[in-house]
Amino acid sequence: MTINVNKDGEKLVLSPEGRIDTVTAPEFSKAIDDNISGVKDLTIDFEKLEYISSAGLRVLLTTQKSMSKVGSMKLIHVSDVIMDVFNITGFVDILTIE
Amino acid sequence: MKEITLEAKIENVDKVIEFVNEELDALGCQSKTKIEINVAIDEIFANIANYAYNPNIGKATVQVDASDDKKSIIITFIDEGVPFDPLIKKDPNVSLSVEERDIGGLGIFIVKKTMDKVEYEYKENQNILKITKRINI
Repeated sequence: MTINVNKDGEKLVLSPEGRIDTVTAPEFSKAIDDNISGVKDLTIDFEKLEYISSAGLRVLLTTQKSMSKVGSMKLIHVSDVIMDVFNITGFVDILTIE
Repeated sequence: MKEITLEAKIENVDKVIEFVNEELDALGCQSKTKIEINVAIDEIFANIANYAYNPNIGKATVQVDASDDKKSIIITFIDEGVPFDPLIKKDPNVSLSVEERDIGGLGIFIVKKTMDKVEYEYKENQNILKITKRINI
């Protein structure tokens, strides 16, 4: 997995490519931790993401919890197959997906 | 039937996925189904790697077979770790708010919801978890 990071003041856009799974979820988490300081508007772009497993959902949940306190977080370009996982797990109700 | 045996550690999950995907490609599995199966493998193999032999490292065997009518794929995960039936765990409450949500049990829940059949048995000191997924509609 590679993660593109685009930070502009209080805005941060993260674009993970490949898979967020058991092996790569810690890298995804680290990319957020390393860049989140001072961010109030977080966008995670899933356009080039193949899939996400529960290890990645854990990171999204933690991040959503902390962003809810200081600003906003949204996911964009979510594919049908990833959307299915969000539906099954109820994440569709706790995340902002555009 | 084809099988692969490797150390049950999370770094090996890619090898298992690659091994299964070869078979899925040979059977003409469509991309969405393949991704669902890949996620299921990640969840199950991670469980084995994290818990079966903890804190030691043991072996896991993954078998792949097509059903008799070639319409489904059957993937069997075998380990000799502590007996653990992931299917007896209660399904997580997926309607809680973000503050109340806990991630526990979500992995196997995704497997149950996306696969057509998930079966567990403990036999001859082995955990045997079998998933079946229809691949051709």
